[in-house]
Amino acid sequence: MRALFTVFRKECLENLRDRRTLISALLFGPLFGPLLFGAMVSRMLDQNSFEADQALHLTIAGGERAPGLSQYLKSQGVKLKSAALSEDAARAAIQSGRETVVLIVPPEYAERFTEAMPAPVLLVADSSDSQNRKNAERARALLAAYGSGIAQQRLQIRGLSPLIAMPVAVNDIDLATPTGRAASILGFMTYFVLFAVLMGGLYLAIDATAGERERGSLEALLSLPVPRAVLVGGKILATCAFMCLSLAISLTAFVLVFRLVPLERIGMSANLGPGTALALFVICLPFVPLGAALMTFVASFTRSYREAQTYLTAVLLVPTLPIAFASIYSLKTKSSLMFIPSLSQHLLMTSVLKAEPLAGRDLLVSALASLLLAALFAALTARHWRRETLLG
Amino acid sequence: MIEAKALCKQFGSVRAVDAASFLARDGEITGLLGANGAGKSTALRMLYGVLTPDSGSALIDGVDIRGETSAARATLGVLPHAAGLYGNLTARENIAYFGALQGLDAATIAKRSELLAQALDMDAYLDRRTKGFSQGQRIKVALARALVHDPKNLILDEPTNGLDVMAIRNLREMLSRLRDEGRCILFSSHVMQEVAALCDRVVIIGDGRVLADDSPEGIRAACGAPTLEQAFLQVLGAAAGVS
Repeated sequence: MRALFTVFRKECLENLRDRRTLISALLFGPLFGPLLFGAMVSRMLDQNSFEADQALHLTIAGGERAPGLSQYLKSQGVKLKSAALSEDAARAAIQSGRETVVLIVPPEYAERFTEAMPAPVLLVADSSDSQNRKNAERARALLAAYGSGIAQQRLQIRGLSPLIAMPVAVNDIDLATPTGRAASILGFMTYFVLFAVLMGGLYLAIDATAGERERGSLEALLSLPVPRAVLVGGKILATCAFMCLSLAISLTAFVLVFRLVPLERIGMSANLGPGTALALFVICLPFVPLGAALMTFVASFTRSYREAQTYLTAVLLVPTLPIAFASIYSLKTKSSLMFIPSLSQHLLMTSVLKAEPLAGRDLLVSALASLLLAALFAALTARHWRRETLLG
Repeated sequence: MIEAKALCKQFGSVRAVDAASFLARDGEITGLLGANGAGKSTALRMLYGVLTPDSGSALIDGVDIRGETSAARATLGVLPHAAGLYGNLTARENIAYFGALQGLDAATIAKRSELLAQALDMDAYLDRRTKGFSQGQRIKVALARALVHDPKNLILDEPTNGLDVMAIRNLREMLSRLRDEGRCILFSSHVMQEVAALCDRVVIIGDGRVLADDSPEGIRAACGAPTLEQAFLQVLGAAAGVS
């Protein structure tokens, strides 16, 4: 027990003095997610609110042939710009980027309109650009609204109720709570949290075996009267300590970032106060020993620092797999999924972020599954440490 | 007392150590002499318990070193071939770490560290981080680390590698002093002068087998050679002729 603590303390001390470890465990790992996230979300918010406030700019060719339509568009706040463009000229103008959305009223428009036949207009835009696509959609919606207004007038003139042209009345009932809507954005966040956990222990795990071997300190260490399992255990515990630190920093940073990002402006509220952060911490806690044991295990098979770095960078991606799987199949929290580490933490964290109630049993299964797997990897690492091939 | 009893170790098809038996006595310095790749390091690694022999046994004061927590390990100090230190720890912390893992209490560790720092003349850099130490300084720290628990037996694998003349002299004096304290010292080398100058007993090893085991004078006399180097070459030549 004393030896375990000795190893633990030495590993912590050594790594606290290592700049590379500190940067990855206390800065890059935990802060990368929150910062990227804050930037992403505030840009998204900016764009959304920007579009709603911003007037739609529309270039219209042959607007004089449809005075009613022009009038309507102006009344809806559209900034119209007249230009004499043929269809080909409009295509060229959009391809070269001089125009974004062009509405062409062809010569036959007026005649067809008076005959109460469908009057053609051409809406030219490049939908591969997301901004132009949105503008074209807004123009299309305005044209449809104008069309349906005209249709109602025509029916009334003919003595028919405009209601017969509306066989179905759709009432949208959206059950998404502001918190729930935000969770769809926050869903990405869970990966960054697990990433922070793994980054926190990356260099300790490398140091544990590959570092000892490369420095040439391993052989002297192995000649001591200390069980290999104790050496491995102390190293894994130190890795856990750094991972917990990284996790705590990451969650704190997330709380702060979401204080600053104005989610309310798009009708969302982030359920991420200190209490939630604490819940997320507890949910991730069983993942910590698993990550530590897995990384130490993988690193113990590598011959050098460099090789260990290569393999462990791959391990950093491991928690993405179940999470990507979950979002493709939009998996919901289910008891049977609680056996899969990283996926279970992702689902539980998402539930907490959505302010959904958690089943105690799910929490327990998630924790036990992760801890069992952690124990397995720790045991495998200790077994490998008993082999002579460890010396390399 | 360090004893190799018919040690055998095979790596794939290579017989690294082949039924090697020899004895290093208390109060003596025993030199393990052999060409590169003769099996010196493998034999020592079995003796200090990081390799398990295929057959035979390695005994420290009569106790088998096999097993992770063998009592034999507590009476043995080891300076392996690659005596790496923890660069982010100070020399004192490096020594203390091994002391703690040997089960010493903090007070004993502090006392032993001071004593060793004086004996090895490393007071000047005892509290500096070992990153960037010279080879001589590193060997001294590694030696202090191996001696922190005051072991009766000491195994050193090519300890003079990379040391300058002064450092080698210091190391020799240190080993002589440790011998005079009654310890058993076993070290390997391929440098003849070193062995001749220092050892009470020489074990010549070639192709994993013990070819000669006697005092330097005895080996020289048995071969009828004027120098130990000559004798060493004759012993190796005879072995090559036989096999």
